[in-house]
Amino acid sequence: MAVKTVSRPLALRPVRLRWKTLLAWVILLLTTLISLFPMYWLFITALTPTGATTKTPPDLLPFNASLENFERLFKQAANYWSWAFNSLVITLSITAFHLFFDTMAGYAFAKKRFPGRTILFWLILSTLMIPPHVTLVPSYVVVQTFNLRDSLWAIILPGWANVFGIFLMRQFIQTLPTELEEAGRIDGCSEFGIFWRIILPLSKPAIGALAIFTFVRFWNDFLWPSMVLIKNASYTLPVGVASLQSEFATDYGLIFAGAALAALPMIIFFLAFSRYFLDGVRVGAIKG
Amino acid sequence: MADVGQFKGARVQPTTGSRGLSRFLRRYGWGYIFVMPSILVFTIFTLVPVAWSFIISFQDFQLRRESTWVGFQNYSDAFTTQNGVFLEALRNTVYYALVTVTANILIALTIASLIQPLNKYAQTFFRAAYYLPAVTSAVIIAVVWRWMFNTQWGFLNFLLSRVGAEPVKWLADPDIALNSVILSTVLTVPATGIVLFSAAMGSVPKDYYEAAEIEGAGPVRKWWSITLPLIKATTLYVTVLYTIASFEVFEKVYIMVPSGVGNSTQTIVTQIYQTLFDQRRYGVASAQAIVLFGIIATIAVFQFRFLKSDVEY
Repeated sequence: MAVKTVSRPLALRPVRLRWKTLLAWVILLLTTLISLFPMYWLFITALTPTGATTKTPPDLLPFNASLENFERLFKQAANYWSWAFNSLVITLSITAFHLFFDTMAGYAFAKKRFPGRTILFWLILSTLMIPPHVTLVPSYVVVQTFNLRDSLWAIILPGWANVFGIFLMRQFIQTLPTELEEAGRIDGCSEFGIFWRIILPLSKPAIGALAIFTFVRFWNDFLWPSMVLIKNASYTLPVGVASLQSEFATDYGLIFAGAALAALPMIIFFLAFSRYFLDGVRVGAIKG
Repeated sequence: MADVGQFKGARVQPTTGSRGLSRFLRRYGWGYIFVMPSILVFTIFTLVPVAWSFIISFQDFQLRRESTWVGFQNYSDAFTTQNGVFLEALRNTVYYALVTVTANILIALTIASLIQPLNKYAQTFFRAAYYLPAVTSAVIIAVVWRWMFNTQWGFLNFLLSRVGAEPVKWLADPDIALNSVILSTVLTVPATGIVLFSAAMGSVPKDYYEAAEIEGAGPVRKWWSITLPLIKATTLYVTVLYTIASFEVFEKVYIMVPSGVGNSTQTIVTQIYQTLFDQRRYGVASAQAIVLFGIIATIAVFQFRFLKSDVEY
């Protein structure tokens, strides 16, 4: 669904509409400011030295910016880089699985004919509505029984079961012309070769969206990791940041340094790929 | 004769013998191979746990000894034990959902409509700006809000002091805490909704508006009579999306009000978390999760019925 926005040049509009346009801009800029303010405050507080965080009135601009909070963070929360490393390992393992296997399954559901295809697909689709909390108890029972606390696998494996990607890829691959596969088959390409050389490269836009969504979702995941990861060194970033809050209750500078650093990768990631993000939201939404 | 017999045999065989299987595999095998890994993981980590969760919800489940069947005991326990805090959590969640979903839909609709007439670059800018907080972990956003809500040094009370108002105990006062959490949700612009609405609005054919203009319709009239009815499917989807998300609210409350100030900010998921993680009451936690599932499924079905009733496709 290509959405093309046609905008009329301002000059062609009746003059009396101008003040409404102005009002629209004011509202939009104001809501942008309000919405982005917490993000701004996060970084400002992280850069404000300890004494100055509890100053009245607070500094709205980083007049006394310093990296002192970060130095304290690395000294007192010595595991911070382990948290980042755990987050990265977990998120990359989950994303890599989804990119490959969701595309494969999506391709089969979109283009292959086999008995049980429709039933399987509807079964998968219907579980999209089940809140993830329903599987919490059994998962926790398994973690307790087999003593999987602090194991990264206990986070990664359930992450693989997320079916949103299968659905997304099926919707996208359905729109690809079948002639290309047939041409490949005639040229003697194996079935896996057709998937690898034809379907996979053609699916790049959807794979990009899927990569972004999976990465962001699991990078920010909190509930399940916070139940499984008990040892400080095995925390992920969100679990670690939450723990900073209970451990350094009043040292807001340090807590915010940890939070800001944890938020930074996603913000950079978003700014670099914002177009794919926003297209992805739309692709993901065309659920029919 | 022998030839005919062989011929007959060959015709019959494919449905039963090994040649039939090999032909079946040749024809469909790749389809199964391609879906196999996903289906396997899906079965082990979704289907089985969901079924097991239902079973546990009817058991007095014990880790190290035999579990016994208790019928609906866990469900009634869920609502009655601990002075019925789960019921209070349900009420809080419904209140949170009603306010935030209504606000989110209205805000998203308004902002998407305001963005619509702008040029492509301005549209992209605003959508990206609104979306930025949505890629940040809910934990981090909640940490920031908790600090901004601080009674002594928080930014909101600083603003209030500027207009001469008394400081508010945003998160410490049980009468206000839940509303403060709601305020933080409402003030974070609903980015997904905006992106979806503006995509839907962009695909409304321009001739409709031109025809309406010729008939003398103003911008509000056009919005009400053309835009709204034509994006109804999107409105439905966005409403379901936000309703489900608001019923599953957890990180925000858990981080901003860890104590729960009395039980005034308990929600369904914070209750499930406590019942499972702190109290290890597996059966009751399962029952609570199933109740959440039931609520979400009911609302989703109801919303689809209600909003779809007069949409034609």
